[in-house]
Amino acid sequence: MNENPRNFRPVSTVAPTPRHLLWLVLPLIVLIAAVLWLLQSDPLRGFNNGAPPVENLTIERTVLDENGLRLKVRGGGSEPMTIAQVQVDAAYWQFTQEPAGTIPRGDTAWVAIPFPWVLGEAHKVTFVTNTGATFDHEIPVAVPTPKVSGNALVSQALLGAFVGILPVAIGLLCYPALRGAGRNTMTFLLAMTVGLLAFLFVDTIQEALEFATASAAIFQGSVMVILTAVASFLMLVAIGRRQGSPTGLALAAYIALGIGLHNFGEGLAIGAAFAAGAAGLGTFLVLGFTLHNITEGIGIAAPLLKVRPKLVHFLGLTLLAGGPAVFGIWLGSLAVAPQWTAIALAIGAGAIAQVILEVTGLLARSDSDRASYTQVLTPAALSGIAAGLAFMYATAMLVKI
Amino acid sequence: MLRWAQAALSRRSLLLGGGAATIGATAICSTNTVAQENHGNHATAAGAQSSAAVPSHQSGHGAMITVGTVDNERNGFHPTKMLTDWYTGTVTDLPDGRKLRTFEITAEDKEIEIAPGVMFPAWTYNGRVPGPALRATEGERLKIVFRNNGSHPHSMHFHGIHSARMDGVPGAGVIAPGDEFVYEFDARPFGCHLYHCHALPLARHIHKGMYGIFVIDPDPARHPENAEMAKSRLLGSPENVEWQEMAMVMNAFDTTFDGENEFYACNTIAHCYTKEPIKVEKGRPVRIYLVNITEFDPINSFHLHGNFFDYFDQGTTLTPTLRTVDLIMQCQAQRGILEFTYREHEVGLYMFHAHQSEFAELGWMGMFDVVETLS
Repeated sequence: MNENPRNFRPVSTVAPTPRHLLWLVLPLIVLIAAVLWLLQSDPLRGFNNGAPPVENLTIERTVLDENGLRLKVRGGGSEPMTIAQVQVDAAYWQFTQEPAGTIPRGDTAWVAIPFPWVLGEAHKVTFVTNTGATFDHEIPVAVPTPKVSGNALVSQALLGAFVGILPVAIGLLCYPALRGAGRNTMTFLLAMTVGLLAFLFVDTIQEALEFATASAAIFQGSVMVILTAVASFLMLVAIGRRQGSPTGLALAAYIALGIGLHNFGEGLAIGAAFAAGAAGLGTFLVLGFTLHNITEGIGIAAPLLKVRPKLVHFLGLTLLAGGPAVFGIWLGSLAVAPQWTAIALAIGAGAIAQVILEVTGLLARSDSDRASYTQVLTPAALSGIAAGLAFMYATAMLVKI
Repeated sequence: MLRWAQAALSRRSLLLGGGAATIGATAICSTNTVAQENHGNHATAAGAQSSAAVPSHQSGHGAMITVGTVDNERNGFHPTKMLTDWYTGTVTDLPDGRKLRTFEITAEDKEIEIAPGVMFPAWTYNGRVPGPALRATEGERLKIVFRNNGSHPHSMHFHGIHSARMDGVPGAGVIAPGDEFVYEFDARPFGCHLYHCHALPLARHIHKGMYGIFVIDPDPARHPENAEMAKSRLLGSPENVEWQEMAMVMNAFDTTFDGENEFYACNTIAHCYTKEPIKVEKGRPVRIYLVNITEFDPINSFHLHGNFFDYFDQGTTLTPTLRTVDLIMQCQAQRGILEFTYREHEVGLYMFHAHQSEFAELGWMGMFDVVETLS
């Protein structure tokens, strides 16, 4: 029997002692020796073909104010970078760099240019390095970068409430009407929740990847997004299932959390758009968002139909799902670097994946305690998923330009 | 939602409020409003415009300039000294009584600083860009000993009258690295000419820095009808000493090698004569030998502030081809002579630049510092 590999113990039976740890010194010594040899005798100099170093510069933040332009740049070349000159709209301008000098790989610096930008018009900033390489940065619409002020915070909060809190509240107000739902209606509603969450998931991942593309190469944007989403998903599943699969109020809370994280990411995007000149945000667009997000409220209400939540629960769920939009807009309008928005959106995507899993589980158990995923294929469920996707897609048309 | 955010950023979808739009209508920068203050040989530009409705930062027009200084010593050439640094070669007598003028030119690869902190892998004649400003006299026999110490085949193609064998094109004077070639021809016609490498690909060889000015002074004896003018053009003559002569080559550098220039200049260094204005004595006339060798752009131009000049296209005449102009255009390899004076002017800083604003703002602008007398 011992020949069966499955019977082998996976680890050594020798008891670990501190002496064994001493063996860790050996690989460490080899590593240090290799590094020293590489640095001392430069055995790879044969690869030096005279080509200039690879240079990369990412512009993470752009601030326009009464003193001109300020840009936060991150160096990402094979060697430290030097910004030698700066053009704005194909003209050289004086600039100051803080901190001055070369920008080490992965480090950031602020570049201030006393440029008389013109409100509502486009400008192009070009960084010229000491090797003559150029890096362009477009300012599509020049508007003053919002500053933290009471007025601005209030109006941004109001906007956040319109696109985040109000639709969820409206959706949850359908709760009393839905309470009398029969089994098929219940299945339909849960399936519709899955559908709308699926739409949000795809939407969020896509947004996260786009922000990831805009971030410095050193962050490995798409890998970062996928790993963050997976980690967020696994963590939330693990937390949610500590006492079995979440149902009822707990499940509603997880749905609200997932939608909330998604809304936070969206808030960041809206805020960033504000910072970069989103004067085009019209009433029509805001109403479109409100309509688009109403289903989110219905989705949160769906798992609650068999329980009897208190009013305060509804209040909490509304704030959990919609409130983050407000914080997102606040943060985003201060011009956060794209990698942070990508991470926020990726966490949101993981959270949405978690609730898709749990709501689908609930759907599968809807007429017996034993999960049967064939439930998902019933006409009520399929039409629910289709309705959720279709509604989200159709209302998204209102806000995509 | 991101789509919306991006769309909102596009120029067309911007819905400006009426009040906001009026602020946006403030004047943009004009080079004409730059006022200069001279601090020794380093000038700081100061803003001139002021208006209550204009945000304070918009008055900082003078900030439109490259930052820092170029290490001229490391480059091995100084733009101000290059203005008057004529290479006249060595002169010997030929048996037939004519003069033989010999120039020695070496091509070499050299990294040069074309703007503060920006290095460019140039190909040079005698280690400088533009190459040495050759100057000869009409009728002389010229001998140019050319050595190629560069990494690519090179040549010297002179704009002048010579035989096909001396043309400096592939098969007639383009030489491999390590080789030597002697170009020989008569100095004619008199005028303001140029030479450049004619190895292929032509655009790359020119824009990497292989060009220079080539002036042939008129021989007064051959032009009795305009002897006074010819004498004033002849380097070293008593009539010529009166003149303040300068060699200017309008050039540009494409540091990203994408077919568009990042830096424009007069004599290579962006903004060199803005930061170190050219001293001009008020009472003496000015003569500029101007060549355009800018690659990638069809034309370049020269505009003088507060003054007008006479222009001799290609310098092959002793009477102006254009009188009383303050702007001339030159296509690539076109050149000419500008003559003007500040005799009636106040002393002060007078700007000159390409009147393609883009070229001016990317480095091709300078200043004449008109003074009573040069100390």
